[in-house]
Amino acid sequence: VFVLVVGGGKVGYYLAKELIDSGHEVALMEKDPTRARQIADEIGSIVIGHDGCEGKYLGEAGCNRADVVAAVTGDDEDNLVICQMAKHHFDVPRTIARVNNPKNEALFRHLGVDELISPTRMILGSIEQDIPVHELLHLAALGEGELELIEARLQPGSPAIGKATRDLDIPEGCSLFAVIRDGVASSLRPDSVLREGDKVIAIGKTECEAMLHLQLIGDPTAASAS
Amino acid sequence: VKIVIVGCGRVGASAAELWDVAGHEVIVIDISTRSFERLPSSFQGVAVRGDGTDEDVLRRAGAEGADLFLALTEGDNRNVMAAQLATEALGIERVIAKINDPVRSKAYAELGIATVCRTGLMIDAMNEFLGFPPSGLAGMLGASGHSHPTHDGAGHLAPGGGGGSSSPSHIHARDEAAPGAAVEA
Repeated sequence: VFVLVVGGGKVGYYLAKELIDSGHEVALMEKDPTRARQIADEIGSIVIGHDGCEGKYLGEAGCNRADVVAAVTGDDEDNLVICQMAKHHFDVPRTIARVNNPKNEALFRHLGVDELISPTRMILGSIEQDIPVHELLHLAALGEGELELIEARLQPGSPAIGKATRDLDIPEGCSLFAVIRDGVASSLRPDSVLREGDKVIAIGKTECEAMLHLQLIGDPTAASAS
Repeated sequence: VKIVIVGCGRVGASAAELWDVAGHEVIVIDISTRSFERLPSSFQGVAVRGDGTDEDVLRRAGAEGADLFLALTEGDNRNVMAAQLATEALGIERVIAKINDPVRSKAYAELGIATVCRTGLMIDAMNEFLGFPPSGLAGMLGASGHSHPTHDGAGHLAPGGGGGSSSPSHIHARDEAAPGAAVEA
């Protein structure tokens, strides 16, 4: 497979290297001559020190016989133009563009770019997945740091909803002492029944945290599986 | 006529001034406020600072419903992208992109954007003056195709962003801006 990579930044450089290692035919276009020479020193004469957006140089790089064109520069507008030129002017069967602004994805797709890779979107997705929605909130460390002030917000699915505090299995050395409901704080008694949306304030040793989590938030493994 | 100009360089600023004096409604967008210094103090249109290749900026600047959209920045590709956003996302009918690379200029005319190419224009202006035959490089090319062959050519990118419909919000935004003032987008 002949792959034309446009953009000799980190992405383009490692991409070209990996492709060569797996036995593909590769050409890499990088418009900055200094950078182009630097890469050429390392991976050989497949580097073309010209602007891959310019029709003339795309042609010279053999774009018309490329099976895949990967536009991986840091500028969305350049990547779009490279893919469009490859697709419509050189009849390249498969074009891949790096998209930095996730908002551009729809436009790129609409204009016929075959595949989009958006690092921004991927990192966003990863972050959103990793932030636990149901967590205990550490408000403060007390004493010598052995005790913690903890807030637990009872979300739907919490096993504590509808239970009186005396029915909860609260570990030794830990006490639930207040609840904030509709912005009003009141102290928790053994017969206080907890509701969804309550913020329960607890004081406890650090090692009690897992147990508290299980009682007030729910089983973390079950939550992440759902 | 409502005209949007992206890029307030020599060409953009001069065109903006000319059409403003002629009584058209002109909106100029540029990434740098400094470039608005090229506009005369008598300029009655709106100058908006922002990236013309960002759809949100174009909408906030009030580009929706424009009769004419001109992408005249120094970057061929920025012009291509702004012009395609204007066509596909904003549904503007008459769009011109300045593309100085003759190959790209011709390619994008075939993809549905009218293009103006300085390379061709200048060479042929000189050829004519010198009495040489024309170069064959087209300076101004009309749109002759469609830019999204994967679709049937009907319908635009964003259904909500159809052209022609002037939302009251952007009319209001334009009224707020002092004549000739640069407003942040």
